[in-house]
Amino acid sequence: MDTINLTIDNKTLVVKKGTTILEAASGIGIDIPTLCHMKLDDLNIENKPGGCRICVVEVNGRRNLAPACCTEVNEGMEINTHSMRVINARRTVMELILSDHPFDCLICAKSGNCDLQDMAHNLGIREIRYQGEQSTYREDTSPAIIREVDKCIMCRRCETMCNEVQTVGVLSAINRGFESVVSPAFEMNLDHSVCTYCGQCVAVCPTGALTEVDETGKVVRALSDPTKTVIVQTAPAVRAALGEEFGMEAGTLVTGKLVAALRRLGFDHVFDTDFAADLTIMEEGTELLNRLGKHLSGDKDVKLPILTSCCPAWVKFFEHQFPEMKDIPSTARSPQQMFGAIAKTYFADQLGVKREDLVVVSIMPCVAKKYECGREEFKTNDNPDVDHALTTRELAALIKLSNIDFKSLPNEEFDNPLGESTGAGVIFGTTGGVIEAAVRTAYEIHTKKELPRLDFDELRGMEGIREATIDFDGLPIKIGIAHGLGNARKLLEDIQAGKSEFHAIEIMSCPGGCIGGGGQPYHHGNADVLKQRQKALYTEDKNKAIRKSHENPYIVKLYEEFLGKPMSDKAHHLLHTEYFDRT
Amino acid sequence: MPKIKLAENTVELIKAVCAEFENKESELINVLHGVQQKLGYLPAEVQEVIARELNMSVAKVYGVVTFYSFFTMIPQGEFPISICMGTACYVRGAEQVLNEFKRQLKVEVGESTEDGKFSINCLRCVGACGLAPVVTVGEKVYGRVSPSEVKKIIAEYREGCADDAKTA
Repeated sequence: MDTINLTIDNKTLVVKKGTTILEAASGIGIDIPTLCHMKLDDLNIENKPGGCRICVVEVNGRRNLAPACCTEVNEGMEINTHSMRVINARRTVMELILSDHPFDCLICAKSGNCDLQDMAHNLGIREIRYQGEQSTYREDTSPAIIREVDKCIMCRRCETMCNEVQTVGVLSAINRGFESVVSPAFEMNLDHSVCTYCGQCVAVCPTGALTEVDETGKVVRALSDPTKTVIVQTAPAVRAALGEEFGMEAGTLVTGKLVAALRRLGFDHVFDTDFAADLTIMEEGTELLNRLGKHLSGDKDVKLPILTSCCPAWVKFFEHQFPEMKDIPSTARSPQQMFGAIAKTYFADQLGVKREDLVVVSIMPCVAKKYECGREEFKTNDNPDVDHALTTRELAALIKLSNIDFKSLPNEEFDNPLGESTGAGVIFGTTGGVIEAAVRTAYEIHTKKELPRLDFDELRGMEGIREATIDFDGLPIKIGIAHGLGNARKLLEDIQAGKSEFHAIEIMSCPGGCIGGGGQPYHHGNADVLKQRQKALYTEDKNKAIRKSHENPYIVKLYEEFLGKPMSDKAHHLLHTEYFDRT
Repeated sequence: MPKIKLAENTVELIKAVCAEFENKESELINVLHGVQQKLGYLPAEVQEVIARELNMSVAKVYGVVTFYSFFTMIPQGEFPISICMGTACYVRGAEQVLNEFKRQLKVEVGESTEDGKFSINCLRCVGACGLAPVVTVGEKVYGRVSPSEVKKIIAEYREGCADDAKTA
C-alpha cells in the first residue's frame, strides 16, 4: 500500500507512505513548530537530527511523545499537535534550552531575526524554571564570520550545510554532554581552518551563534569624514532581496529605491557592481575564447574547461581542496575586486583624488566578500581596492539606523561612469547567470554575428548541476553549471579523473547562487524565497535596454580611454589575479 | 597547536590500519581503536591522516575522538594506569585509590609522569565488578586494590619487573 490514512487534530487525511508527521500536518495547514529541522526541497537540503524536541506531538496509543520531523506516519495514526501534554512538553523543552542560553536578546546581532526568540515568544514562555550553570565558550572572530558558541542550541543545521551541502567539512559537533559544541577540528579558530566563508552556516543558524562581522560602524565613520570621498558599489543579488528586510514580498525589485537610499546615506557616488560584471565578461569571455582557440588548434598545454572565478568562497575552496587545479579557473578577478581596482585608478584620476582618500564600500549578498577584500593581492601600498564589504542585511540595518523610510523612497538612477550596466551584468546574481552573460558576449565576438536570441533557458534553473551545449555557429560549446560547493566538488572530481567534456563551467558556492548568499536576508528555510529572487533578476535583465556586456557604452569607453583591450598588460595588472596553494 | 611531523613508518602504520577496515568512513571507531592501540594516543596529525584515508573531514574525526573518553590525544605513559570508576568500584573506594595514584605519581588524570613511564586515566567498568575496585596497568588487571597497595603496584613497574604489562 502506497498511501496512509490518518487523522491530525481530528482532520482525516491521506498521504504518501514515508511522509513524516511534520510534512503531513503542513499539507493541511498545521504548522508544527520546529527549531532544528530545516528542509529546502529544490536544493536537496535537509536537516532533521530530531534533536531539539520542540516538534513533539501526541500519537494515540504511543507511550512517548513523537518528534514530528522524523517520525513517519502509519496507517490509522491519530495525532494531536496541541494537547495539554504536548504544550507542556514543548514549553519544558524550550525552558531547558533557554536555561543554557545567554539572556542578551536586546543587544544580540540576531535580535528580531532569531528563530529561538520567535519560538519562545510563540510558546508564551514567561519564566524559566530551570536555573543552573550555563556553558561558556570563547568567541571566535574571523575576517568574515563570528562564532558565539554560547548561543548555540546544537541544532546542527550549520553542520549539515558545511559538511553535506558544501562538503567543506570545517564544522562538527565535538566533545560530550554539557561540554559539546560545534567547532572546527582541534577547536582551532575559523581563520586557521579550511573555511571558505561562504556563510551558509550563518544563513541557516536559528540563533546568534553564527553571524557576519559587522562593518557598518566603519562605514558610518568613513561617511562622516570630510577628507574622504566615499563611493559605493552594489552587487546584482542585493536589489532582488533588500526589500524583504522592509517587509516587501520576496522577489520585489528595489533597484531604484536602493540607489536612493545609498544616496541619502551620504555616499558621494552610487555605482553598480553590475558595471564590473560587464567588465568581468570582457576579460573572462576573452580568456575563454583565447584558451578555446589554442585548444582547438591543438595546443596541448592549454587546459579546459575554464572555470569562473567570481565567487571568493569558491576560490578559497579550490585553493584548499584542489590546489593542483589552481591553473584551471579564469584569472579574472571578481566583479567586486575589478570595481575596486578601476575605482582606485581610473575613477580616482578622473576625480583628482588620491587613492588613500577614496573609500570604496561594497554592498554584497555575501559574507566571503569581506574576506576577499582583505586579501593581500588586492592591496596597493597596504591600501585595499575595496575598503569595506557590507552584507545586504547590514545595509538594511544602516538604512534603519539613518531614519530612512525605505518603502516610500523614489526610484533613482545609478551615477556614471561606473553605474551603467547591461542585463548580462544583472543576472550575475543567480546560478547560471555568469555563464549566460559570457555566452552572449563570447558568441558575438567569436562568430562576429549577432545572436538570434538572448534568453538561454537551457542554462537557467535551480538543479544543483546542469549542463547544456550552445551552438557557436557550428562549434558546439559544452557548458557545465554547479551551485553549492558539494556540486562543485563533483564537477572538479570529474575534471581530475579526465571525465569532464566541458569547455566552460560556472561555479557559485551558495545554493541558488548569490541570491542565496550568506549575507542575504534570512530565508528561514523557505526555498521559494530564492526562486522569487531569481525571477526578479531575469525580469530586470529583460527590462534592460542593453543586454550584452560588450555593448555597455561605458565599458567600451573604459577600454578606449584606459585599458586598451581585454587581456592587455594594463587589464592584466588591474583585473586579473593569481591563486595560492593553501594546503 | 605545535605541529609535529609524523615519521614515514607511522604514516604507513596508520594507512595499514585504515586499509584493514577498507578505508570505510563507517569503520572510523574501529580505525581509531586500532591506531590508538599501536601508537598509544591520537594526536592531531594522526587524525589528519585518518581523515584523509577515510575520505572524511578531520573535524568529524576530532568530534568522535573527543566524544569517547577512551580515545586520547595526550601521549600515554609506558605503563598506562586505569582506575575503574564504575558504580561498583566507586562505592568500594576507587576514588581513594585514584587519589593515592595521583599523590604518588604527582600527575592528574589524563597526564603522564615526566619520565614518560606512567599515565593515569579513569574508565567506566571493565566488567570485573566482583573484583572491585579494579585497576589495570596495560593489559594486567589488579582486583580489590586498596590505597595502601598503590605504592607496591607502582614499584613493580619502576623496577621493570613486569614487562608483560607494556603497551605496544
